[in-house]
Amino acid sequence: MNWILEPFQYEFMQRALLACVLIGFTNGFLGAFVVIRRLALMADALSHSLLPGLAVSAILVGLSPAGLLLGGLLAAIFVALGGHIISRSSRVKEETAIAALYIIAFAIGIALIKYAGVKVSLDHFLFGNILGVGDSDLWTSYAITCVALILLVAFQRPLLLAIFEASVARSQGVPVGGLLGMLILLIVLAMVSSLQAVGVLLSLGLLILPAATIYLLSDSFDTMLWGGGALGTFGAVVGLLFSFWANIPSGPAIVLILGAIFLLAYFFSPRYGIFSRYFKRRHLHEESLERWKK
Amino acid sequence: MSHQLTLEDVTVSYNRIPAVHHISAAFQCGSCIALLGPNGAGKTTLLKAIAGLLPIETGRIEFCGHELDGPAGRTIAYVPQREAVDWDFPVTVRGLVEMGRYPSLGKWKKFSAKDAAAVAEALEICDLADLADRQISALSGGQQQRAFLARAWAQQAHIYLLDEPFTGLDRNAAEAFAAAMRRLRDAGKLVIASHHDLKSVEALFDHILLINGEVVACGPTAEAFTKENLDRAYTVHVFSGHHHDHA
Repeated sequence: MNWILEPFQYEFMQRALLACVLIGFTNGFLGAFVVIRRLALMADALSHSLLPGLAVSAILVGLSPAGLLLGGLLAAIFVALGGHIISRSSRVKEETAIAALYIIAFAIGIALIKYAGVKVSLDHFLFGNILGVGDSDLWTSYAITCVALILLVAFQRPLLLAIFEASVARSQGVPVGGLLGMLILLIVLAMVSSLQAVGVLLSLGLLILPAATIYLLSDSFDTMLWGGGALGTFGAVVGLLFSFWANIPSGPAIVLILGAIFLLAYFFSPRYGIFSRYFKRRHLHEESLERWKK
Repeated sequence: MSHQLTLEDVTVSYNRIPAVHHISAAFQCGSCIALLGPNGAGKTTLLKAIAGLLPIETGRIEFCGHELDGPAGRTIAYVPQREAVDWDFPVTVRGLVEMGRYPSLGKWKKFSAKDAAAVAEALEICDLADLADRQISALSGGQQQRAFLARAWAQQAHIYLLDEPFTGLDRNAAEAFAAAMRRLRDAGKLVIASHHDLKSVEALFDHILLINGEVVACGPTAEAFTKENLDRAYTVHVFSGHHHDHA
């Protein structure tokens, strides 16, 4: 057991562990909604659009966590809302509008980072550094976890209905637009919270890999929610240890662990895995023969 | 103040262009109504307006003497066309039917015995009790359609608005669905279904509302479902400016 506990003698590893538990669970839990609503690419776009917000706030107020949080949040909301407005007011569809806006935002972000007053390495924003997690980062993650969990559990039923069949939900008086807006806002918040650990480019992995894995393993949405949270926590913690042992950055380490589990599920899931389906399924002829015998 | 749904001079427009206009009709609870008309006649539009999904520009919609304004929550169950649904959604038939209970549960309330009973009854009525634990992706088209009707029943609504429920069903599936529909009618509910297969109207519905932008005919199937009325509905130009004198 020593080899597991040993890294956590260091205070920076204890902080990193706490951060991994918080962001792993929040992202994994939220991921279930992202996967069934098919928002993965939208979330990718939003994660990229965080960059200009981070750059602007780094220029204006330096590297304060609150400033970065606010900057990233505003930039992502700007892209999400802008995409919505463009798709409503022209013939361009929503995913195109959002892709156009986020790539513009990303370019602005890269250009602006050159002007950031403090010395900011682009790597830090793009790939994160979980060993640099400070107290205020932890409090931010903790607050975001609480808000996301409470809202998602409270609105789980109407939200599911809104995702599954928007028109039926509307006919039952469910505020569909408001709930989906809330979902997008929570996605942005969760990404901001995982920024420090995995960065802009890899935050999507924490969000969708756990839920996508459970989706291959289970038919129950509740399992996707809580299992996604558990798997996200597990992957983040194991990834952290992996990064410690292998001496690689924490972001890629976490995503590699979660990615490996996803691929395992894709091939070997008892019900929906490629191999199990291939080997278990009997030839149709045998099945119909059996039916005849009855 | 009888149990009836009344449409009074209802007009629904998209971008100020009316899709259906000046519709007046009254339907008694305990009947199955076919909403008929050519493509583009405004069948779906009218159903959505009654469900509170589209704003009405003129007129009013009343149920049991109360005006329906906006989404009516538990009074009305709306069942959209089948294609609109993601069938890989991770939910069982029972889970789908339980969604019908969500409006009366609110946010925190647990499923009670009463809710479970409503769900079980809905599964029974729609002949789905044996399939309750199947994933919805593993259902046939007819079973899928019945599962949606079961969810509407679990909602314990009074009015059931079905958009083309018989589309794509074979004869056996259509018969099973019609049987479930009649059970709703016999329980005193009002069923309004848009329908395009004119051959099966007489067997399935006791009343019709024939529209083409406006009301062409409305009444018991035996009286209103005539060749004359159908010819009028299917040949007239929509919004020609000539109103029929439907008093």
